[in-house]
This record gives sequence, structure tokens and C-alpha cells, in this order.
Amino acid sequence: MLQYEPYVSVQAEDFCLSSEQRSLHELLQSADGEMNVGALASFVGLVRAERDPEYGPLRALQIEHYAGMTERSLLDICAQAQRKWQLITCRVIHRVGRIAPGHQIVMVMVAAMHRGDAFAGCEFIMDYLKTSAPFWKKACYTGGQRWVAARAHDQQRSARWQG
Amino acid sequence: MAIEVLYFAALREQLDCAGERIDWQAGESIARLAARLAQVHGEAGTALLDASVRAACNQQLVESDAILEDGDEVAFFPPLTGG
Repeated sequence: MLQYEPYVSVQAEDFCLSSEQRSLHELLQSADGEMNVGALASFVGLVRAERDPEYGPLRALQIEHYAGMTERSLLDICAQAQRKWQLITCRVIHRVGRIAPGHQIVMVMVAAMHRGDAFAGCEFIMDYLKTSAPFWKKACYTGGQRWVAARAHDQQRSARWQG
Repeated sequence: MAIEVLYFAALREQLDCAGERIDWQAGESIARLAARLAQVHGEAGTALLDASVRAACNQQLVESDAILEDGDEVAFFPPLTGG
């Protein structure tokens, strides 16, 4: 089965899901040999608007990262997903810097022969990047700011893919 | 030998320090490094001893018993909140 190296990007700039999908689709169509992809699955994470009881409405998330380690860990997570589910390729884009409520933070896109692998691979990558990729979010409200705490729920979702 | 240490997120703010270069002995663990750095940073340094603190060595997540070598890059940070 033809496979491509995963593509990851950590960037401040916003991304366009349909442009990414179109470019991935074109890559797959240009392949020599058989076109064996049957499924493209994708996920986009947004900043949720929320209100802190003490500090008021959220103005933005400030996302920090460990430059160098972030790209490596995203590539590693994608490589794991490609092996586990026979994925043809994956793409991950994760933004950093200041992002307002309703705006995009992260995109995961996966290509596979069948939808079961595509859905599972996409979910695995999202669950893993929430606990294994070195990003930290600070919530900036109108009246103050606080670092977002890691959630036990995210640890549990990551752990369920093991074994 | 020399080790490069980086701090991120809330830990960087608590220590008021983004990074430092320190002299260190080969073959010692990350836990011992954290204990020494906590001493160096005084009262603020207790943040480094919190059970929730995570570490990376040469950009790979490691446990506190990982052993350090000359030229290693070590980072300490709170639990990750990406995605």
C-alpha cells in the first residue's frame, strides 16, 4: 500500500480546512500506482467562548509551545497512527500565539483505504496530541488570566488507545 | 559538564526564568537536577518539586529517574494542554 510521510505544521497563521483537503486530495490523485484511498477524515478544534466566574468573558487563548519538540512529537504521534491503522498519510496543523473565541486552533486530517481506519486514526491523533505534544494554553479574560489546567478526562482518552 | 535547562508556561512565570545553563555531573538524574534547581531559585523554586511537573530531555518526554549526560537539553513544564 502506498503511504506518504505525515505532514505537520506549528504556526501562528490560520489555516483553511478546504484548501488543506484539496491539496491532500491532489497529492493522492497524482500518485503513480493505484489510487487506493477511500476515506478522508478530518477534525478542527476551535476556541470555545467561555466565561470565568471571577474574570468574566474569554478574550483569547494564548498558546505557547516548546519549539522543536512540538514538531517532533506531532510527527511521532502521526507515525504511530499510520502504523496502528494502516493510514495512507496524516496532516496536523496546530496554531500558537493569540487566538480569539470561535477561531481555529488545530486541524487533524487523515487518509485511509476505509472509513474505520480514517475515523479511528483521526481520533487517536487528537487524543494523543492533547497530552503528548508540548503546548500550553493561557486563558485571557477581560478581568484577568489563568493557565488552563490539564484535564483527567484527556489523560483517560489518551490511555484508552494503549494495549 | 554543562546542561541547558528550559522552563515553560506557568513554571517559567513562577520561577521568573525562561532558561539557564548550569554545571552538572554526568550520570545524575533529572530528579536530582530539579532538587538542586529548586534550591537555587529559593522560595519560588518549590514550584519545581510539585508532583505535576513534567520533564523532557533532548526534546523527548522522560521520567524523573532519567540520567543526564553532557550537553543534554532539559526542559521542565506543567502538564501539557494542547489541542
